[in-house]
Amino acid sequence: MLLLLKELLKINIKITIIKNYFEVVRAGINTTFQDQGRKNLYHIGIPFSGAMDNRNYLLANKLVGNKSDLSVLEFAYQGPLLKYFGDKINIAITGDVNFTIKKNNDLINGNCYETFSLENGNEIDITSTNRSVYGYLAFSGEFDLKSQWSSYSVNTKANIGSNDGKKLQVNQKINIFKINQNLKDKKLNYINTKIENIRVIKGTNFHYFSDQGKKIFFEKEFIVSKLSDRMGMRLEGSKIENIINTNIKSEGLIKGVIQVPADGNPIIMLSDHGTIGGYPKIGVVISADYDKLVQLIPGSKIKFKEVELSSAETLFRLYDLETQNLISQI
Amino acid sequence: MIKNISNLGDAALYCDFGKEVNKDINSQVIRYFKSIQKENITGVNNLTPSYNKLIVSFDLRKTNFKDLKKLIENLEINNSDDLKSKKIEIPVCCDENFSLDIKRLEEKLKASKEKLFDNFFNKEFFCYMTGFIAGMPFLGDLDENMRVKRLETPRVKVPKGSIGITEQFTNIYTYESPGGWNIIGNTPLSIFDSSKEVDPNLINPGDVITFKRITKDQYKNYNY
Repeated sequence: MLLLLKELLKINIKITIIKNYFEVVRAGINTTFQDQGRKNLYHIGIPFSGAMDNRNYLLANKLVGNKSDLSVLEFAYQGPLLKYFGDKINIAITGDVNFTIKKNNDLINGNCYETFSLENGNEIDITSTNRSVYGYLAFSGEFDLKSQWSSYSVNTKANIGSNDGKKLQVNQKINIFKINQNLKDKKLNYINTKIENIRVIKGTNFHYFSDQGKKIFFEKEFIVSKLSDRMGMRLEGSKIENIINTNIKSEGLIKGVIQVPADGNPIIMLSDHGTIGGYPKIGVVISADYDKLVQLIPGSKIKFKEVELSSAETLFRLYDLETQNLISQI
Repeated sequence: MIKNISNLGDAALYCDFGKEVNKDINSQVIRYFKSIQKENITGVNNLTPSYNKLIVSFDLRKTNFKDLKKLIENLEINNSDDLKSKKIEIPVCCDENFSLDIKRLEEKLKASKEKLFDNFFNKEFFCYMTGFIAGMPFLGDLDENMRVKRLETPRVKVPKGSIGITEQFTNIYTYESPGGWNIIGNTPLSIFDSSKEVDPNLINPGDVITFKRITKDQYKNYNY
């Protein structure tokens, strides 16, 4: 009896403390909580996951004054419609996204890279990404979620991460605590550039492919297929001919690896990829181009361009400096 | 020993231990994996040991290929070190509802199912690696007369706990997943426990595994 009373008391306390939350009116196509991902678990079969477009993830957190490693909502194509209840809070959306904010009877058109405040009963409707895949929504506070292996990132295929490893669901309520006391309006002038040329370093099985196949890989255009998700991006185009073996002894994979299975169509491993694979690796996308690669929508044309390791390292340093520079402008 | 270290993209080292798949080479891979893990090298954020390769992923903001290659080439590996492997017995039920591909195997291997099970349950297996999906162990080696290829068309859903065989290997599906291995039975034992923050894997590279046949009733009443 006493125990029951204690339990009831606990629940009561929780109800009185948590008063800020959002309710999911529409969940969107693939809305998940993401942060920087989880490390050092490849050897047991668990990939990094984390925000697909790391730059836009970092910018979203910085705009609302969060620490750089807090989780945000990542959405793909159509985002969620959320109704907010509680104390005044700031939000920011990054990427290339169309959204509106409903305050009583006013409908405000939102802009990316700019903070907006939400008050009790306001709604945010993320209608679509604009010729890009992923967008990010950050709240100036912390979501009341449970992390798994030091990360909140959700991997829906493996059911790993916060929110029981699932996408955001309709009618769900997500509590927010630790709202920043000092809400500042922030704005950043930034436009996402699109790329068609994806730079790659030759893979460890590059010699498995015929001269013609190698030529196709670096000279022909490929089209991003509809069968692309957080695990991988499938490409269509001229077939790449293998002259040694269409299988290798299974070995580790990393994000950005381009595998070519027997059908000759390349597949690029993305953040939720399986940790081991048995198809030959023709190339690896350089780190500097990863954020831009994941934003390519189905139907986009891409061309691979070879770079040496030293150039790839320099290009990443420049890309990272640019990201740090954008963060410091906020 | 590592035969060659090359770069896999700009943020990973590809350590090649040779072409063959055998316990000796794989034990070398596991020794390196455990040594590097112990060293806690700045910037290293993932290690993937497999049959005869070890991939070392790193954060390009913190280190680079050249520095890390030198570090790993000069790493001292204690070859006499015990791998501290565990011996684990896995209960498996081969009821017809579980051994989904046994008819196919009887045809392909030209042997009765009892003969196939006899061979399988009297063998000691070695864990070469875990992965592909969380916690899935890749165990070997099956006898020559037990080796078959993958299914021509992979299943969209292989049930959780399924025991599969292909070529010289056997594996365990830690959760429902697509897959092309030949399924011979199912274990009630939880191989991967995602609620554990530490050591969610029951089976790790280097461990020695035997399978024990159980009845349908034992399966139903299994305490795990």
